[in-house]
Amino acid sequence: MLELAWLLVAVPLVSGLGLLVWGKEGDRVGHLIGTAASSFSFIVGLICFFQILGRDEGDRSYSKSLFTWIEAGPFHVDMAYTFDQLSGLFVLLITGVGTLIHVYSIGYMEHDARRRRFFAYLNIFIASMLTLVLASDYLVLFLGWEGVGLASYLLIGFWQHKDSAAAAATKAFVVNRVGDVGMALAIMLMFAQFGTTAISEVNVSVNAASTSTATALGLLLLLGACGKSAQVPLQSWLLDAMEGPTPVSALIHAATMVTAGVYLVVRSNGVFDASEAARNAVIAVGLVTLLAGAWIGCAKDDIKKALAGSTMSQIGYMMLAAGLGPAGYAFAIFHLITHGFFKANLFLGAGSIMHGMDDDVEMRHYGALRAAMPVTFITFLFGYLAIIGFPGFSGFFSKDKIIETAFGHSFWVGLGALVGAGVTGFYMTRMMMMTFFSEKRWKEDVHPHESPKVMTYPLIALGALSLLGGAMMLGGWITDFLEPVVGHAEHEELAIPAWLLSVLITLVVAVGVALSYVLYSREPIAAETPADESVSFFSRAGRHELYGNELNEAVVVRPTRHLTRFLVFLDGKGVDGFVTGLADRLGDASQLLRKPQTGFVRSYALSIFGGSLVVVLALLAARLA
Amino acid sequence: MILTVMAAVPLLGALAITLMPRGQSSATAVKVVAVAASVLTLVLSLAMMADYDVGRGGYQLTEKHVWIEQFGVHYALGVNGIGVTLILLTTVLTPIVLLAAWDDRLPTSRSVNSYLAWMLVLEGLAIGVFSATDAFLFYVLFEATLVPIYFLIGSYGGPQRTYAAVKFLIYNLVGGLLMLASIVGLYVVTSRQGDATYLIGDLSNLDVSTTTERLLFLGFMAAFAIKAPLWPFHTWLPDAAASSTPSTQVLMVSVIDKIGTFGMLRWCLELFPGASDWASPVVITLAVISIIYGALLAIGQDDLRRLIAFTSVSHFGFIILGIFAFTSTSTAGSTLYMFNHGLSTAALFLVTGIMIARRGSASIQDFGGVQKIAPILSGVLLVAGLSSLSLPGLAPFVSEFMVLAGTFSRSIPAAAVATLGIVLAALYILLMYQRTMTGPLKEGTEGVHDLKPVEVASLAPALVLIVGLGFYPQPLLNVINPAVDEIVSHVGVGDPAPKTPTGLAQQTEGGEH
Repeated sequence: MLELAWLLVAVPLVSGLGLLVWGKEGDRVGHLIGTAASSFSFIVGLICFFQILGRDEGDRSYSKSLFTWIEAGPFHVDMAYTFDQLSGLFVLLITGVGTLIHVYSIGYMEHDARRRRFFAYLNIFIASMLTLVLASDYLVLFLGWEGVGLASYLLIGFWQHKDSAAAAATKAFVVNRVGDVGMALAIMLMFAQFGTTAISEVNVSVNAASTSTATALGLLLLLGACGKSAQVPLQSWLLDAMEGPTPVSALIHAATMVTAGVYLVVRSNGVFDASEAARNAVIAVGLVTLLAGAWIGCAKDDIKKALAGSTMSQIGYMMLAAGLGPAGYAFAIFHLITHGFFKANLFLGAGSIMHGMDDDVEMRHYGALRAAMPVTFITFLFGYLAIIGFPGFSGFFSKDKIIETAFGHSFWVGLGALVGAGVTGFYMTRMMMMTFFSEKRWKEDVHPHESPKVMTYPLIALGALSLLGGAMMLGGWITDFLEPVVGHAEHEELAIPAWLLSVLITLVVAVGVALSYVLYSREPIAAETPADESVSFFSRAGRHELYGNELNEAVVVRPTRHLTRFLVFLDGKGVDGFVTGLADRLGDASQLLRKPQTGFVRSYALSIFGGSLVVVLALLAARLA
Repeated sequence: MILTVMAAVPLLGALAITLMPRGQSSATAVKVVAVAASVLTLVLSLAMMADYDVGRGGYQLTEKHVWIEQFGVHYALGVNGIGVTLILLTTVLTPIVLLAAWDDRLPTSRSVNSYLAWMLVLEGLAIGVFSATDAFLFYVLFEATLVPIYFLIGSYGGPQRTYAAVKFLIYNLVGGLLMLASIVGLYVVTSRQGDATYLIGDLSNLDVSTTTERLLFLGFMAAFAIKAPLWPFHTWLPDAAASSTPSTQVLMVSVIDKIGTFGMLRWCLELFPGASDWASPVVITLAVISIIYGALLAIGQDDLRRLIAFTSVSHFGFIILGIFAFTSTSTAGSTLYMFNHGLSTAALFLVTGIMIARRGSASIQDFGGVQKIAPILSGVLLVAGLSSLSLPGLAPFVSEFMVLAGTFSRSIPAAAVATLGIVLAALYILLMYQRTMTGPLKEGTEGVHDLKPVEVASLAPALVLIVGLGFYPQPLLNVINPAVDEIVSHVGVGDPAPKTPTGLAQQTEGGEH
């Protein structure tokens, strides 16, 4: 089956393009075809995965070139794929969670007139994301990279009759393009430096290059990763991206696409292993984002934006882990997968809530929903327990490992990650309290109800995965499994035993949870968002996303706008004016020469006098000098 | 012979429809004849492709007859891979623009006969320009293309058409005049060394002093820089584009402007390799300025046609950058870019042309929410737009990345600044799409109905090629590469070798160092 792994990409791609071109007649079955295509990829992915699992440890990477994509001079790029341990795990995550979300969307988008198109876009996304993780060459990876960007653009702006959705889509694409400049330059540097852009070759050859080359490569790749994974300083698009339909937020803006930056870093482990400076930059970005995202998550009243802040924060954890080098790569991927389960679960849960609340996203209009939507409540609870790291749930294992490794690297980094865990406990409890507990604050005419089975079954599946995902860590399976790809790391001995640290982490989380519980159960929650002036600086800054948009506006957007206007003016008056004006000026000059010819003797006399004066003065000046 | 025939067919077609009766009754017949002539040319160009031996490289299908013996002027034609590519672009686009012009509303008192005839004349002349291997013949045909465009803008364009046509003519005549000086100079040089000649084979090994070579180079380069257009000689283009019909825009920007960049490759680099190398720092700087400047200006435009014209200034910057980086990757990229830019700009001009005709305005502000009532139209605009912003998977990405990668190995600063263009490209396309297509439907746009099947049919070939060449550009690259390799080795700067080639790491580990 491995030699047919290209079908993974081809089937959803053909399905997606076909659904787009197909006319109205396709509306009846479009969603079924789309779901079938995604399921097909999942099955192929499973078969391929078990095939490599059945092979010897050293022989689990399968590569195949389909055709030469570009060849000119020394530049050569093969359209080739590699199915190995790392891409295999991703394939299962993308197609597995992807298929569940396809099924869910059948119900969620039932009343949308453009449902066929929605499924077409989802299919194109699956195809692009699989291209990204299966690529053997950085340029092919870039093809998938921009493909998911396009799918993200189309799906954020899916309801493009809304100005806000269209603007958010444009913003997401443009901010991502800033990151892409880094990606593109990294690939050019690879070509100039190594004469190839094949992933495996670059990551080996980098050892022969200077450290500064490795650092440059690492930083450029990191810039790309920051864009795609919404890491500081390119984080601003993710919260706006919540304009898209909720299944999109679950699939693209939580479980898969936004984690592509982490994949990129882990996939480029050779580059990052060769440069400590680049690794430190990754750690810094991850740490800052994990705290910033958690902060934002605490302040948002919009359930999707609160979850988006949380996504930023959790990806910050992954990024941080990836920056820790061989010690952290496997844990980054482990957390990426468990996060894929529980965050998709939480987002789809939020979608289910919105479905029952007339698409209201305001948590202040929720309250006491646990009785009205029991299945959503239970599955959401599982997601909640997983993300805060409740012992036994998947997130407990994956986050634990990251914090532990961070402490092994440096006390301060570990402390930051630990604080983040506490804040996660706080904002997630807040969300639970405002949504499922506390008192009803429903708007009139809203009658919360449970969602149909086509939506709740995927929730149940994801709820189960949120609980059980930690099993991948049994006996250190995932670290051993990934070792041939990401390299071996000696385990760092901490000053305190690992179990004690786990207890400590759990205690910190418990403090966050308790604080939040007390705060949100002491007095009734206001049904409207309090004004900015009446809340603390922390809430205010969090609501405004730590003023990231204002900063971008002041530093980038406004200067560019002014520059553009100035250049438009200049092009008409200056460049064009200069060239076309030469002829006019010639005419003007003769007009000017004509003016002094007034015919009055006195004015001629005056000019003769003036001229003589100048001559005399000039002669004097020359003599004195 | 096939090159002469291929150039003659559209000219004869033009002659035929000028002789046909004018007026409403015969309009359809005229259009059919025009399209038939262009389709026949397309078929001939495919036959030429089949005849052309990709593996052999060099100039093929050559013809040579003495034209003016005293000056050593020949009627000499021949194509290499670059010529083949551009002829193919011309013959593919001409039927598309003729079909697109089917419903053009012309100014009263103007007949469709001469409108279509001028386009066919332009096609024939373009084919001649791309296959001329005699510098004098090239110059004559190069100047001759001004005439059809002058009339296409001046007689059939918008309200500002007279101003735009005259501006176009003056700019290009100035460039042509400088080139004429160099043409005369070539006569002086060659006649002193023996027999006067204008054949490219003789001229490419000219033995002249450095100063003379540079002066001759500048004459050619000035003409091509204006034609291409390179900043700061670009200002005629937006005016000309804003005052022409969509079909004229496509012929002018997608085909005729390519003569500028084609000329740089064929005449500047082949005849004056030393001077080209000498000028390259300045040209590369101007090209990078063009990329950024054109993109910023495009962001600031309200007129759809001017917007696309400025995106072309930016794209031509990429093409020129790749040519003057003198690497085989970037030069092949530039040549492929000429083809791809032709397709994507054609799609953009034609689809916005339809929008403008239905709305009765070219101002972006007058549109809004069109996606709702015209989903296919907006889909086509989006695909064309995405190809213009070089989305991977669409044809222009391949060529743009080749240009950048090749340039990077020559000059990191030039490549780095040029790469910023990809962010600006996203802005000019997506903001335009957002303002015209999304949001609530704007008042006054109700009349912008969706594409008709015939319009879809005329746009489909370009879109199919854009997607197809995005994933599989190799058929064209196979044609382009041998010709490019010859030029690059003629310039003699050579491809920079990778600093740490693959294999070195393994050797180091093996202890061979």
